[in-house]
Amino acid sequence: MNITEDVVKNVAKLARLAVSEEDAQKLAPELSEIISYAQQLQEVDLTDVPPTSHSLSLVNVMRPDIPSAGLTREEALKNAPDSDGAEIRVPAVLDV
Amino acid sequence: MKVTMPTVKEVYNSLWRRETKPSDWAQRSLLAIRGMDKQIGAFLTVEEDQVMANARRLDDAKSNHRMFGVPFALKDNICTAGQKTTAASRILENYIPPYSATVYQRLLDQSAVLMGKTNLDEFAMGSSTENSAYQKTRNPYNLERVPGGSSGGSAAAVAAGMVPFALGSDTGGSIRQPAAYCGVVGLKPTYGRVSRYGLIAFASSLDQIGPFTRNVEDAAFVLQAISGHDPMDSTSAPMDVDDYVTHIGDSIKGLRVGVVTDAATDGLHPGVQEAVDKAVQVLAQAGAEVVEVSLPHSVYAVATYYLVAPAEASSNLARYDGVRYGRRAAGESLLEMYERTRSEGFGLEVKRRIMIGTYALSSGYYDAYYLRAQQMRTLIRRDYDEAFERCDVIVTPTAPTPAFRFGENSDPLEMYLNDLYTIPANLAGLPGISVPCGLVDGLPVGMQLVGKAFDEKTLLQVAHAYEKLRGFEMPQPEVTL
Amino acid sequence: MSTQATFETVIGLEVHVELKTETKIFCGCKTTFGAPPNTNVCPVCLGHPGALPVLNRQAVDLAVKAAMALNCHINHDSKFDRKNYFYPDLPKGYQISQYDKPIGEHGFIEIEVGGETKRIGITRVHLEDDAGKSSHAADGTHTLVDYNRTGVPLIEIVSEPDIRSPEEARLYLEGIKAIMQYCDISDVRMEEGSLRCDANISLRPAGQKEFGQKTELKNMNSFRNVQRGLEYEVIRQTEVLSSGGEVSQETRRFDEASQTTVLMRTKEEAHDYRYFPDPDLVWLKIDFAWLDRLRESLPELPAAKRRRFITELGLPPYDAGVLTSDLALANYFEGVVKAGAEPKPASNWIMGDLLAYLNSSGQTIAQSPIPPGQLAGLLAEVANQTISGKQAKDVFQLMCGSGKDAKTVIKEQGLEQISDESALLPIIDEVIANNEKSVADYLNGKEKALGALVGQTMKATKGQANPGLVNKLLIKRLKERS
Repeated sequence: MNITEDVVKNVAKLARLAVSEEDAQKLAPELSEIISYAQQLQEVDLTDVPPTSHSLSLVNVMRPDIPSAGLTREEALKNAPDSDGAEIRVPAVLDV
Repeated sequence: MKVTMPTVKEVYNSLWRRETKPSDWAQRSLLAIRGMDKQIGAFLTVEEDQVMANARRLDDAKSNHRMFGVPFALKDNICTAGQKTTAASRILENYIPPYSATVYQRLLDQSAVLMGKTNLDEFAMGSSTENSAYQKTRNPYNLERVPGGSSGGSAAAVAAGMVPFALGSDTGGSIRQPAAYCGVVGLKPTYGRVSRYGLIAFASSLDQIGPFTRNVEDAAFVLQAISGHDPMDSTSAPMDVDDYVTHIGDSIKGLRVGVVTDAATDGLHPGVQEAVDKAVQVLAQAGAEVVEVSLPHSVYAVATYYLVAPAEASSNLARYDGVRYGRRAAGESLLEMYERTRSEGFGLEVKRRIMIGTYALSSGYYDAYYLRAQQMRTLIRRDYDEAFERCDVIVTPTAPTPAFRFGENSDPLEMYLNDLYTIPANLAGLPGISVPCGLVDGLPVGMQLVGKAFDEKTLLQVAHAYEKLRGFEMPQPEVTL
Repeated sequence: MSTQATFETVIGLEVHVELKTETKIFCGCKTTFGAPPNTNVCPVCLGHPGALPVLNRQAVDLAVKAAMALNCHINHDSKFDRKNYFYPDLPKGYQISQYDKPIGEHGFIEIEVGGETKRIGITRVHLEDDAGKSSHAADGTHTLVDYNRTGVPLIEIVSEPDIRSPEEARLYLEGIKAIMQYCDISDVRMEEGSLRCDANISLRPAGQKEFGQKTELKNMNSFRNVQRGLEYEVIRQTEVLSSGGEVSQETRRFDEASQTTVLMRTKEEAHDYRYFPDPDLVWLKIDFAWLDRLRESLPELPAAKRRRFITELGLPPYDAGVLTSDLALANYFEGVVKAGAEPKPASNWIMGDLLAYLNSSGQTIAQSPIPPGQLAGLLAEVANQTISGKQAKDVFQLMCGSGKDAKTVIKEQGLEQISDESALLPIIDEVIANNEKSVADYLNGKEKALGALVGQTMKATKGQANPGLVNKLLIKRLKERS
C-alpha cells in the first residue's frame, strides 16, 4: 500500500495538522510501511465475523436525569488561552 | 547512604503499628527522589511542599484505611485536580485539571500520599518513554537503556525504590513491558475493572489503569484499592470486586497453566525464552498442570492494534485544539491557529498515529481497515475463549528482549512489533501481569500471565506462587548518587 | 418567461429538536435556556482530557417516544458513533451522534394539504449532542464561544424527499412541532432554537424521475421563514433552469431582512466525518418491555385528536385542523366545551375573536386573559339570550381588558336585556300613545306596522329590551285596544 505525499497532506488537513513538504516526504514511506503491515488482515476470511468494538458485554449503561454540580465560570475559563471573562475567544471563524 | 523505599506492605505495617508517621515516609520518599531522580528522570513534577503538607495532615489522623500514609506516584496522564497534568505533551504543558481521576480520588479517600507525576511517552504512545516532550527516563538497571514505555516513569520510580507503588496505564503493554524492563511487577486489569474516568484517553476501548509494585502481594493491595464500579465511566463493570489479598497465598495445585504453542518467535531473545521456560517449570513444581494452548490469530494482533488504537486516538486527540485549555499557537484565522497549535503541540509519534488513524477511518478505507480490525478482534477473543476452556492462565514472555538502548528502535514499525506479546490481552480485554523472571545480560526480563476476564484473583495467585518459589530475589538496581 | 417549462419542486427537511430534559445528554449539567455564558458546564461537556460521557436515560426515553409518535420502526439494538470535525463550539472535536443504528427509522407523518391527507416519509430519527454557541464579532476579528448549550440532547428528524411545495414544508414542520409538543418531548420554540430546520431543495422537469441538483438551505428561524425561504428558492432555481443554467451544489441561508436566500458556501468541502462507534459508550438494547412502557405514556396524538373533533364533536375538518395544530389551543377548546359550550360556536369564538385578540397583543393561548370557563360563560349568555351575538363581541373585549367574567361585565355595563314586563309595559304604552298612525295601520290589518312599533320600543330602551317579549307585549296591548 503506497501512501503518497498528497495523501499525507490530505489526511493531515483532515486532522488539522500542518505538514511541510519535508514532513510529508518523511511521513509518506513511514505510513506506507505501517499500512502495508496492516494489509495482512486482508489475508483472512472475515465474512460474517461480527466486529468487536468493546470487549465488554455491557448494554444500557445510563444515569438518571438529575443535575449534578459542574464548574463555575471561573473554573471553566481558567485553562483557556483567551477569553473575555465570560466566553472563550478564538480567532475569527472564516471558513473551516 | 542511599535512601530507598520498602514495599507497600512494609510501609503500611509500620504505620499500622504506629512505629512511623505518614510524614516520615513522605520525607523518605522525597529523599529517595532527590537522590536518584536526577539520574533516572522518572518524575515530571514533584511539589515537595504540597507533599509534606498533605502527609503531615495525616500524621494525627486515624489509620483506618488500607492505603493510609503510603506514598505513591501517578503517570502524568491521570488527572489530578489543581496539579499540572501534561500527558508528557507540549500541548498540555500548563494544563491544570479542574477535576480528579476516579483512581486518584479513591487513593486520596484511602489516605495515600501522592509524591508526584511520572514521565511517559507523549499521550502514552510509545514503548520506551523516549517520546516524552520533556525528558528522558533511564532504566535504573542500566542508565544507557530505556525503561520501556509508555509508563516508563512509573516503572523506573518503583524499580529504583523512590515510591512503593505507582500507577500506569496500559493500552498495548504500557504497564507490563516497562515492568519487565525495570524488574518490577506490573498489572493490567481486565477492561472495565478499574475506572478510566480522568485517564487522558489514548485508545478508549483498550486503555486500562493498573499498578507497578515491587512484588505480587503489593499489586494485590493496590488493585484492591483502585478497583470497582464507577458511575462516571460507562465502560466500568458493575461487578463485585474479589478479595485479592486474603487468598493470594492459596495453593495453585491443580490450576492449569497454558503454554502457547503457536506464538510468534520473531525477534525473541533466546535468553528470554529460557527464563520463561524455567518459570513454567517453577509453576509445575508448585503443582500447576501445564497444558498446551493455541492462539492462532494472535499473529494478527499487532496489525489489528495499529489500526484500532490510532483510529480511536485520532478522534480522542481532536479536543487538543488550543481553544479551551492547553497550548495555543498564534494564528490569523481559526484554521491557522488549529494547524499551528496541533503541529507545534504534538510530537512526531503522536502525529504519525493521528495520521494513521485518520487515514484508517476516512471514507473509502473504513471497511478495509477499521472494520476488519474490529472483526479480527472478535477472532482473537474467540481464541482466548477456547484456550481458557483448557487452562486458567496463559504464560508468555512479556517482551521479546530485555530493555534496549536509547535510539536503538528508531523504525516505528519495529518499535510496534516489540509489543507483540502484550497487545492481544488488550484487544481481548483480559487481565495480564508481568512478573520478573530473571536477568538476561544483566537486565531484568519478565514473564507475562494472562487470565480470564475479571479473574485477577487467580492471576495474582499464580504470580504469587511463582514469585515465592522462583528461588531468587530481584537485585535492587544500583543507582549511583 | 413565457416559454418556461414546468418544474416540480422536491424538498427534504432535516429538523433538530432539543429534548426537554433537566440535564444534558452525557453529563449532569442543567439545560436551562438563557443562563449566563459558560455557567452550565463541567469537564465532560467542555471536553476536558480524561472526562467520559454517561448517557441520560430520560433523553433516550424522549427520543424513543418521538420516534414512536412519528410512526418509526424502533431499532432494538442502537448505538452511538462519533462524527469527527473541528469547530470551536464542538469541544471534543467530534459530535456524539448515531450513524447506522439510529433510534428509529422508516416513519411518516400525515399533513392536510388542499383538503387531502398526504403522507410524508421519515427516513430516520437519531439522538445526538448539541454544539455550543459561537458569536462572531461584527468586525470579523474574533469569535466568542459559550458552551452552555454543548451537550443538550437533540433528536434529528430526517424526512424523505416527499415534500412538493414550500407550503407542504411548513405544514410538515408544523406537524412535527405539534407531535413533539403533544408528547412533551420538547419546548419546540424556534426562536430559542429548540426547534431548528434545514432544507434540501431541488427542481426537476415535471414527469422526470431523477432528482435535480439540490441546494441546502439554512437559517430559517420561523415557520413563516421556512416557507418564504423555500418559495424564494423555487423562484430562483426556476429562473436558473429556465434560462438554461444549472443549479449548483451549494449551501444558502435565508436572509430575513431581504427575504431572500444568500450564498453561504459553494462546492462543499468534501466532508469526511470518519464516523466510528464511540468506544466510551455501550450499545443500547431497547426491549419490548421498555417500548411498551413508553407506548403507554404516549398521549392522544394530533391526528387522532383531529379525527375525534370531527367525528365526535362535529367540527368541520378545517376547524379541527386549526385547533389541533397546537396542544394548548386544543386543550383550551376542550376546556370550553367541557364547561358547557357547544363545539361549533366555541370553535368560532376561539379561531375568531380569541386568536385575533391574542395575535394583536402578542400573547400565546396559555397567556389568554380569558380562561376556558369564562369563554364558555360568555357563550352561555348568548345562548340564553341575555345578550345578543353583537353585544357579546363588546363584552368579550371588556372581559379581555378587565379579566372579569361575562356576567359581571354585562351587569356593570347594564347590557342585560330587559325582560321584565312591568318595566316594559309603561314604555310600550307610551310608544302606542305616540304612534297613532302605526297603531291604526296595524289595527287595519297591516301587520307590518308592528315592526315600526317594535323598533320604537327598542329605541326607547337603547336596544336592551328583549325583542321577543316586546313583540308579545305589543300584540297583547294592541289587541286590548281593538
